[in-house]
Amino acid sequence: MSFLNYLISGLSLGSIYALIALGYTMVYGIAKMLNFAHGDIIMVGGFTVFTAISSFQFSPAISIITGIIVCTVLGVVIEKVAYKPLRNASSLSVLITAIGVSYLLQNLALLIFGSSSQNFSSVVTMKPWQINKQLVISGETIVTIIVTTAIMIALTLFVNKSKPGKAMLAVSEDKGAAQLMGINVNKTISVTFAIGSALAAVAGILLCSLYPQINAYTGQMPGIKAFIAAVLGGIGSIPGAMIGGILLGIIENLSKAYISTQLADAISFAVLIIVLIIKPTGILGKKITEKV
Amino acid sequence: MALLSINDIHVYYGVIEAIKGISFEVNQGEIVTLIGANGAGKTTILHTITGLIPPKSGLIELEGVDLTKTPAHKIVSMGIAHVPEGRRVFQQLSVYDNLLLGAYTRRDKAGINNTLSKVYESFPRLKERRNQVAGTLSGGEQQMLAMGRALMSAPKIMLLDEPSMGLSPLLVAEIFDIIKKVNESGVTVLLVEQNAKMALEIASRAYVLETGRIVMSGDAKELSTNDQVKKAYLGG
Ligand SMILES: Nc1ncnc2c1ncn2[C@@H]1O[C@H](COP(=O)(O)OP(=O)(O)O)[C@@H](O)[C@H]1O
Ligand SMILES: [Mg+2]
Repeated sequence: MSFLNYLISGLSLGSIYALIALGYTMVYGIAKMLNFAHGDIIMVGGFTVFTAISSFQFSPAISIITGIIVCTVLGVVIEKVAYKPLRNASSLSVLITAIGVSYLLQNLALLIFGSSSQNFSSVVTMKPWQINKQLVISGETIVTIIVTTAIMIALTLFVNKSKPGKAMLAVSEDKGAAQLMGINVNKTISVTFAIGSALAAVAGILLCSLYPQINAYTGQMPGIKAFIAAVLGGIGSIPGAMIGGILLGIIENLSKAYISTQLADAISFAVLIIVLIIKPTGILGKKITEKV
Repeated sequence: MALLSINDIHVYYGVIEAIKGISFEVNQGEIVTLIGANGAGKTTILHTITGLIPPKSGLIELEGVDLTKTPAHKIVSMGIAHVPEGRRVFQQLSVYDNLLLGAYTRRDKAGINNTLSKVYESFPRLKERRNQVAGTLSGGEQQMLAMGRALMSAPKIMLLDEPSMGLSPLLVAEIFDIIKKVNESGVTVLLVEQNAKMALEIASRAYVLETGRIVMSGDAKELSTNDQVKKAYLGG
């Protein structure tokens, strides 16, 4: 395989990390919490589509929509039931709750689907793109790059140009002042969880199509990687999550190709540590200003 | 009937009682000031009015309607705009976006544009800097933005929390001038200040606050000649 091949597959993996990282970073920005159950939403999205196709014989399009709806609702419900009652609790309690939710989702998946991996049939029907003898790009890769680019553009426009988007920015900066403007903070937090979970569903479906296997732990590693990506880019920063995700995907793939498959994850962590030493707030992270 | 009336409110931070039974009122068209030293409870009172802190007991009424159970985000559309202590403008958003957020609950586009041009008239500097990010404004400009943002909701009453804080005397005079003009345009004002001298000059009535209690009240001019007030708040 050529360098270009590794680069392109790294780009598609990275754009999936970016989608997941967006959920982490937006929820962090608005609710000031690390939602460690976010990665498991990916797995729920994957299993929903898997079930819709294999048990209900839904078309891929309907299955995808079902997966997105299930994850969106699940994300909002998790926030309402598990996190909202802890709005004024210490961040440690919230973190432990998030880890608890993560285990709950994984164990429910174990209970329903068992512990062995299932074969996921790709939802992408596009043919591979043969550029020359060495360079073949799979349909999944092309679709992933197109879909994630479109989502990232749409999300950037939504946040910076629309009224609810600006309300989100206001809440992430100063909840009290946002309330004085008439912004409903609880509603804004719900919308943020909904968007983050919908993005995780899309990421899960694309991921399972690229690597056509699924089990209860499918979301774990991508979740951790996306978390690294969000911190790398600057937690709370939307463009940061995009850059962090794509960088991480490319670094991971190139490390696997040219250095060592076993060391690839260690290299990703090393990059994170080096970036944080040079710039503790991440690539695009702002100075953390604590408000009293 | 008073526009805003506060009736025997008690407010706690945990077990500490910060406001120990306070009553006062603001009539339509007035400038009323609450003066008091640092820590007296001025900010707490304004936060209680706009729902950011719930009172333990007592009644807050706007034109006879009880607000005590109203969530903070529903207060502004009832006609109360709050210019918080320390300005709290949205630092990463533009001046224009900050102003539009002030009109977040309004639906009438024409009305919003009308208010916006009035705000730009009162604060020409905000118009010049409308595309600038708010975090890069000077302290005085941020105070103007916070006031402009509050006016964007077309309020009946504006609550101002220490607008003079950290500003040069020249700027303070300019800000107080604007407060007077805002009031003349028909907006009732409740002004909280440590700068008692300036506040008593523009207010019609005043309340003096000491550790969570009102210890004196009356006509602003009269209070400014009162010996006790002079000694405690006007530097002799
Ligand atoms: N968030 C808080 N938690 C605990 N105590 C507070 C808090 N905010 C204010 N206080 C206390 O309440 C009292 C009144 O404070 P505040 O309303 O800020 O006074 P002022 O605005 O007049 O300076 C002070 O004793 C202050 O220490
Ligand atoms: Mg104060």
